[in-house]
Amino acid sequence: MAASRDGYGQALLDMIDDKEVVILEADLGKSTKSLHFRNARPERTISCGIGEQNMMLVAAGLASSGYTPFASTFAIFTERAFEQIRNGIARPGLAVHICGSHGGAHTGTDGGSAQSIEDLSIYRTLPNMTVMHPCDDVSATVLTKQCRNLTGPSYMRTARNKTPVLYDGREDTLKIGKGVVHRDGNDVAIIACGVLVAKAIEAADILTDDGIEASVVDMHTLKPLDEDLVAKLVGDCGCVVTAEDHLLIGGLGGAVAEFLVSNIPAPLERVGVNDRFGESGQAEEMLDLLSINTADIVAAAKRAISRK
Amino acid sequence: MTHRAGAGHPGGSLSEIDILVALYSTRLRYDPKQPNLADRDRFILSKGHASPGMYAILAEHGFIARKDLESYRVLGGICQGHVDSKWTPGVDFSAGSLGMGLSFGIGCAHAARLDESKRTIFVMLGDGELQEGSVWEAAMAAVHHELGNLKVFVDRNRIQNDDFVDAQMRMFDVPAKWKAFGWEVKEIDGHDMEEILEGLAWLDSIDEGPAVIIANTVKGKGISYMENNPAFHGAPPSDEQLLIGLRELGVEV
Repeated sequence: MAASRDGYGQALLDMIDDKEVVILEADLGKSTKSLHFRNARPERTISCGIGEQNMMLVAAGLASSGYTPFASTFAIFTERAFEQIRNGIARPGLAVHICGSHGGAHTGTDGGSAQSIEDLSIYRTLPNMTVMHPCDDVSATVLTKQCRNLTGPSYMRTARNKTPVLYDGREDTLKIGKGVVHRDGNDVAIIACGVLVAKAIEAADILTDDGIEASVVDMHTLKPLDEDLVAKLVGDCGCVVTAEDHLLIGGLGGAVAEFLVSNIPAPLERVGVNDRFGESGQAEEMLDLLSINTADIVAAAKRAISRK
Repeated sequence: MTHRAGAGHPGGSLSEIDILVALYSTRLRYDPKQPNLADRDRFILSKGHASPGMYAILAEHGFIARKDLESYRVLGGICQGHVDSKWTPGVDFSAGSLGMGLSFGIGCAHAARLDESKRTIFVMLGDGELQEGSVWEAAMAAVHHELGNLKVFVDRNRIQNDDFVDAQMRMFDVPAKWKAFGWEVKEIDGHDMEEILEGLAWLDSIDEGPAVIIANTVKGKGISYMENNPAFHGAPPSDEQLLIGLRELGVEV
């Protein structure tokens, strides 16, 4: 078990000798895990205090001057700087890489104010933006380091709490914009992101008991969506389930629905937060409360199959 | 430009223009043939709606052609409604939302420091713009990081979109606010060329931290019916007003 935010911290640490990499913090480096880079390279770490709006544009200024900034804070607080990100980063297409940690209801006891369940949707709406939500620490490390090769901006949500490690020794399968198949099956395709990828694999195991074989995909990149893979899954399975610790509106389910409805209509069941905010509770309790846990994925798979 | 486009912001373009003339003619280091030269000085027009003033300067100094000024606010034209680095050579910052340019300038100043470059980052803010809270996040950060390569002008024309600044949100003692945040502060008459040049020299004399010049200016400066008239923050002159204005500026029409 490990937290994806630790993977982000590891990626930054792996890049300390890349002189074009600069880190920006808004008093949450200990939480987002940029602190390791700060300790190693304080001269390339810029503290912005508790000032996210300023931080995003300082990053933009650095990017316009040839540096590759990685700016992190809690997912929810990146949203405070939405217009700065929109007009200052995305519109000019500056390669600023934003990491929002503590995303999703899985964040837990801090409560609804801290649980960003809308960030993926928000950042998907911005032209030029790459949007990612890795499921474990290893993939967070690999994908963060791949951001260095992007020519435009990115947003990555990481999670506060530990989840199963799924990519140890499988680093080579990861590429921004390409979903990863974790399990093959022909009855239903479960496409998940973030903390629900491990749950989707659990759900697929449970479905086997009922004679249902599910494909499970980690769609760590929501934008650009791996449309070829989604199309292939529809061809192989005939129906789709999406699963995310995020609102039903505009996240992974939204992205897949938009693609399907315009290209290859197929039964789709979406597991996600249904138009409400979270509250204080343990990570697992939150997934149960919001009906986005393993059992909900199992039920959604059966509904999807029944609609074929 | 605004007359041709039937829209735009003439008032703030005229209040800032004398400072821009001095900056681009005497101080800013740039090469219009290589507008993206890494080691150029930067000028960030944070009050990006006052773009006609900047476009005129860019044309005067060879970044763009005079003919390009006709493309202001025209579909496909390089002179966008608000200054935009993607569209116009010589524009370092894509503006349009107030309260953003100073933070961007801080990023450029950090980059210059990391590059061990002597380049200077100039930022121009409006006084109405100071109502954006993000300006003060940036003001705090610039001092904290001791950015001696960051120089700011506040174009204090005392008028904003809807009305006079004092009617919309009183700013009280603007120099005292900047001083309280730890900035070196100087006040000048933003239309007195001697004071502007002295101000530029003063900015260059400070290298331990950021410095700001509060330039007292007149919105719509030089055109009688525009001067101190909130109506010309964001409205173009009519056909008749255009002729009057050009004559008052000494242009033969």
